[in-house]
Amino acid sequence: MSVEIGHFALILALVVAAFQTLAPQWGAARGDAQLMAIGSIAALVQFSLIALSFMILTNAYLSSDFSVLNVAENSHSAKPLIYKISGVWGNHEGSMLLWVLILALFGAGVALFGSNLPQTLKARILSVQGSIGFAFLLFIVAASNPFQRIINPPIEGNGLNPILQDPALAFHPPFLYAGYVGLSIAFSFAVAALIEGRVDAAWARWVRPWTLLSWACLTLGIGMGSWWAYYELGWGGFWFWDPVENASFMPWLVATALLHSAIVVEKRGALKIWTILLAILAFSLSLVGTFLVRSGVLTSVHAFAVDPQRGLFILMILGVFVGGSLTLFAIRAPALKAGGLFAPLSREGGLVLNNLLLCTACAAVFIGTLYPLALESITGEKISVGPPYFNLTFGPIVLPLLLLVPLGPMLTWKRADALPVLRRLWWAAAGAIVITLLALMFTRRGPWLAPVGIALGVWLILGAMADIAQRSGVPNWNVVWARLTGLPRSAIGGALAHGGLGLLIIGVIVLSLWKEEHIVALNPGETLSVAGYDVTFTGITPLQGANYVGRKGEFRIQKNQGDVAVVVSEKRLFAPNNTPTTEVGLVQTFWGDIYMVLGDETADGKHVVRGSFNPLASFIWAGALIMFVGGLLSLTDRRLRIGVPKRAMKLQAAE
Amino acid sequence: MTRKQTRTTIILASLAVLGLAAFLILTAIKDTIVFFYTPSEVQAKAVKAGTRLRLGGLVEQGSLASKGEANYGFIVTDLSATLSVNYKGQLPDLFREGQGVVAEGTLQADGTFTADTVLAKHDENYMPKDVADRLKAQGKWKEPKP
Repeated sequence: MSVEIGHFALILALVVAAFQTLAPQWGAARGDAQLMAIGSIAALVQFSLIALSFMILTNAYLSSDFSVLNVAENSHSAKPLIYKISGVWGNHEGSMLLWVLILALFGAGVALFGSNLPQTLKARILSVQGSIGFAFLLFIVAASNPFQRIINPPIEGNGLNPILQDPALAFHPPFLYAGYVGLSIAFSFAVAALIEGRVDAAWARWVRPWTLLSWACLTLGIGMGSWWAYYELGWGGFWFWDPVENASFMPWLVATALLHSAIVVEKRGALKIWTILLAILAFSLSLVGTFLVRSGVLTSVHAFAVDPQRGLFILMILGVFVGGSLTLFAIRAPALKAGGLFAPLSREGGLVLNNLLLCTACAAVFIGTLYPLALESITGEKISVGPPYFNLTFGPIVLPLLLLVPLGPMLTWKRADALPVLRRLWWAAAGAIVITLLALMFTRRGPWLAPVGIALGVWLILGAMADIAQRSGVPNWNVVWARLTGLPRSAIGGALAHGGLGLLIIGVIVLSLWKEEHIVALNPGETLSVAGYDVTFTGITPLQGANYVGRKGEFRIQKNQGDVAVVVSEKRLFAPNNTPTTEVGLVQTFWGDIYMVLGDETADGKHVVRGSFNPLASFIWAGALIMFVGGLLSLTDRRLRIGVPKRAMKLQAAE
Repeated sequence: MTRKQTRTTIILASLAVLGLAAFLILTAIKDTIVFFYTPSEVQAKAVKAGTRLRLGGLVEQGSLASKGEANYGFIVTDLSATLSVNYKGQLPDLFREGQGVVAEGTLQADGTFTADTVLAKHDENYMPKDVADRLKAQGKWKEPKP
């Protein structure tokens, strides 16, 4: 298949996106059903065209067509199949193509599954979605064409950056993008509602599944990125407050706030204006993230190309969408009618506090991420804002938030009473304290923060259990089973997400504070003791991979003379540029990971070895995974399923 | 509770939280930022011993010395001044003599630098942007080989 077809399909998609932006909007303004219907068709055609061009680029990678500049620069014929496919988005142009592909996929999703939306709202949503697609397609066609040909094609390609040659490349970017870009739907819903001038419970019910889906994908995407950074050497570990990590974390924080405030709009009709603003901010931060990562203002493994023209282009898109939507918000928001009243101590009040703290935490991250960039562009002074800043600001802001999480679901709407809530939670608090004391008895040392973190995590987990227990009528045991199976899935999903968060916090705090690390030089046969494990360095053997050579060191791990595992850590040299990488030897157990890294050979023939024990490390990713599952489970809630809102609307109309 | 009272409560709570956050952010920024210097700037600014900083430059050819178990010494140069660095730990894969490096750590009283983090970036022709900018500013930048 000729790559020119792919290029042409992209240009066609650009034209279709322009139609999708204009026709339905005009139709909605004039009440013309035929014009409005163009929106759905255009969204589907736009998606098909981008999907076609994406498949053609993938095919160019699979067939190692080095006459395409993008393939020649980023691929190699000896590259394993999985990296030929995932390498499509392992570079700037391809990753932007994936970005618009997912954007168009979400647009097509609204076109297909949005049949129960009011006609004008749907038309306007698709129009806004089309305009985002138009902007990014224009960017790709004008400044970031993945289909550019080379006049004299090389015989062999440059290869994919070896550090990216990891199975995680196949999953981390698509999920992260699904989260980032999925927030565009919430944005389009918000802008469409502002144009319509109406936000009601039904609107919140429609926007919630999309937000939930993107939030779940974003959670998983960030979790996988963190897991990748954990076992990939030189990336600073599972979380380093790197600007690139922050770029994905900021939309996550605001999307989490949005998820919670949309509940209030749906159930109580309050916080409408605030929810609209959050929807705009969440996607704006996704755009900021895209700008930070893709413009080259940051130096990182994610900044594939440093081309100032591209950065400027993305900055302009950012300016138009953020500025435009906020202006529209300023003009139209006051017209939205405020909803239900509530006392400060109520479910609504709790969710307001949740939003306030999440947004403040996001602001702290935002300032820490952008301050160095701003300072450098204004004064030329170069500084770095690292983990200490974030620990001192983000930490104290989220601490009260985490303390309050188990209380939230226990509060009643409108007006709540503190006493019954505390009565239901006393055993969760007691359990948290007991487990923390036990943890302190069996571990010896360490900073005061570790027990606090454990207590907090256990409090969240037990609090989530208490929530479910209370809803299923405990201690009235004969109704528990019936009630438990009858619980709405969103209630179980919410509890899972809160419990998963608790697990994650325990993992983060314990790993950060109780990690044990040794760096020694060993001869083959010598043994290193790491956290009660005996790690014997058995020797070095040469290594031959598909597109690399190298050597591997083998370690036998034993505990109390019993074998636990044998791991290898590899030093690889990748063709064609002799780029070195190191693969970690990792054993995961419930209580922690043993993490072995082979280093250089010393002058006297020994090998430098780094061995560490990372306690409860797997809790971090188990927690993130549980949060993801919680999100998906909520998504299958009856209330959010297609068709149900329609019935609810009819009922409303009948009333 | 009236709408107005609810709103006032929310606004007051927001102001309290934001004020606290602003205080945290300002104090944290003042105390935790780390400046990025080249060896010449360390000299020119007469940086005091014990200051935490990021040192950027090139690893001087032939300067890497292994001092026993995972203890390394090397010299960072920006082609007009040098600073000798001690580091205990594993050097990153892409650490090479003649290539760009960023080391974070503290300046010692004897004028050497003790690093606790050494970063060398992922690409063979890659030089940390910070360092390249500095070298360009000093007119000593060489275009990397394609």
